Amino acid sequence: MIIFVVFPILNTIYISFLSPEGGFIGLENYAMVIGSKKIFNLEGLPKNPPLGAFVHNMIWILIHLPLSIISGLIFAIILKDVKGSSIVKTLVFLGMVTPMVVGGLIIRYTFEKDVGIVNGLLSLIGLGDLTKSWTAYPDTALFALIFGSVWLWTGFSMILYSAGLATIPKDYYEAAKIDGAGPFKMFFRITLPLLRSITVTVVTMTILYELKIFDIVLVATYGGPGEASSVLAFQMWLYAFRYFQFNKAAVVASLLTILTTIVTIPMIKFMVKR
Amino acid sequence: MNMKKKTIIIHVIAWFIALFWILPFMGIFMASIRPYSEIIHGWWDFSRFNPTFSNFMISWSHRDFPLSRGVINSLIVAVPSTFIPLFVGALAGYSFARFSFPIKNYIFLTVVLLMALPQQSVAIPLFQMMMTFGLIDNFLSLILVHSAWGLPWIILFMRNFFSALPVEIEEAARVDGASYFKIFYKIVLPISLPALASVIVLQFMWVWNDLFLALIFIYSDPMKLATQRLLYIGRTGPFHLDWSILSAASIIVMAFPVLIFILLQKYYIKGMVGWTIKG
Repeated sequence: MIIFVVFPILNTIYISFLSPEGGFIGLENYAMVIGSKKIFNLEGLPKNPPLGAFVHNMIWILIHLPLSIISGLIFAIILKDVKGSSIVKTLVFLGMVTPMVVGGLIIRYTFEKDVGIVNGLLSLIGLGDLTKSWTAYPDTALFALIFGSVWLWTGFSMILYSAGLATIPKDYYEAAKIDGAGPFKMFFRITLPLLRSITVTVVTMTILYELKIFDIVLVATYGGPGEASSVLAFQMWLYAFRYFQFNKAAVVASLLTILTTIVTIPMIKFMVKR
Repeated sequence: MNMKKKTIIIHVIAWFIALFWILPFMGIFMASIRPYSEIIHGWWDFSRFNPTFSNFMISWSHRDFPLSRGVINSLIVAVPSTFIPLFVGALAGYSFARFSFPIKNYIFLTVVLLMALPQQSVAIPLFQMMMTFGLIDNFLSLILVHSAWGLPWIILFMRNFFSALPVEIEEAARVDGASYFKIFYKIVLPISLPALASVIVLQFMWVWNDLFLALIFIYSDPMKLATQRLLYIGRTGPFHLDWSILSAASIIVMAFPVLIFILLQKYYIKGMVGWTIKG
């Protein structure tokens, strides 16, 4: 484990400070990579993507995190008292066990012009003018992938919240009802607080998922068109294994290490406190 | 009456969710059993409908990237990458649960942190290491890295499981003069089978579904794993895809994790919930 996990993490950070010839050049690589349009491309805002891989990851979090968590929670609540809910849950959860490569292919297919169901549904409701291959245009590619990843990931929060809901005793709700509490009050005063530890876990794991997005982008758009849907993990792979610029790739990898560490620390603190 | 109406509405919403969520899967399923010429106006167009099995045959015995070979390669990698860390992780988890080390807590914090990191954080040194040892294009590199990568969560998961087991039985056995190893194999292991099943299911799926590590370690065509082959099958031109063949190939690749999930759902969910919530 130390050989294959701990050492490589530290070594990656070390490599990020070296020049391609092996000399120590401090933060020069960082300046070069972070200054490049591949990571931050914010000149002339507001504008459409490409906005840089880092910004794309942040947009991913901004859209995917609330959507997938809230829909997962809503599904869990709806399905609590439904007959045959286990079948519905299994169907929603399929996205979680599907290989991400396949998930990416399905997203691309679903958003493709003529053959994809998204455009089929748009035509059906009279928006036929809007049909196009959503993943092939810079202004929509990133968002198509993000919505696709919500579809894949919602099962995660749904299953965890379902497990959490099952642990809340029914008496709590009955007692609240007797005291005259409405369904909304019960949700915000009983359900949500009791699901707090699950929410901490779900939020952390979801942000980690969003930072690690790789397969979907590779297979659905290859980061394109024109880097409009590139993300950090994908950019790292391009630098390292397509252009063989290991030092630049190490910078992106180290950025990812830092970001995931920042995200994980609150969860660890929360776990230690319990 | 009002109550009944509410129940009906909730059921309708639930089944609508299910239908909506399953639509994309229906798409590749329909594409996979029909010739591509039939679905160019959408798979929901049934004006011509000639179900066929040929897309599966074509991708299974693809001229350049037969999926049959990919499935075998993936199994060669996934089976040892599941059982090696299972064995090591169970032993380590047991010692963490039963014996106290002074630095135990710090080890645990590190383990949780390691679980969170993306594979990109380790890719370059691992690639250089495998290059030095001549293990590029060798399944051993994947097996080693997947095993090491799976260990942190397996140790944590097994430790949590063992901590919840009552110590009394083991103590009784110890009084009777059984050794630690004997206690582990004769008493602890048999009652841990459900937990071990969870580990097997989750770790196998994780390894099977992986694309990134396969991409950086495996380069020659005959060695490529099942997931890697999806990047080549069904490509009829640089921008052209035969979605029927590609869908059939996708279904074959996803069949393994999906079937395991459906058959062993209990262990999967238990594993995931236990690992993330109690973690």
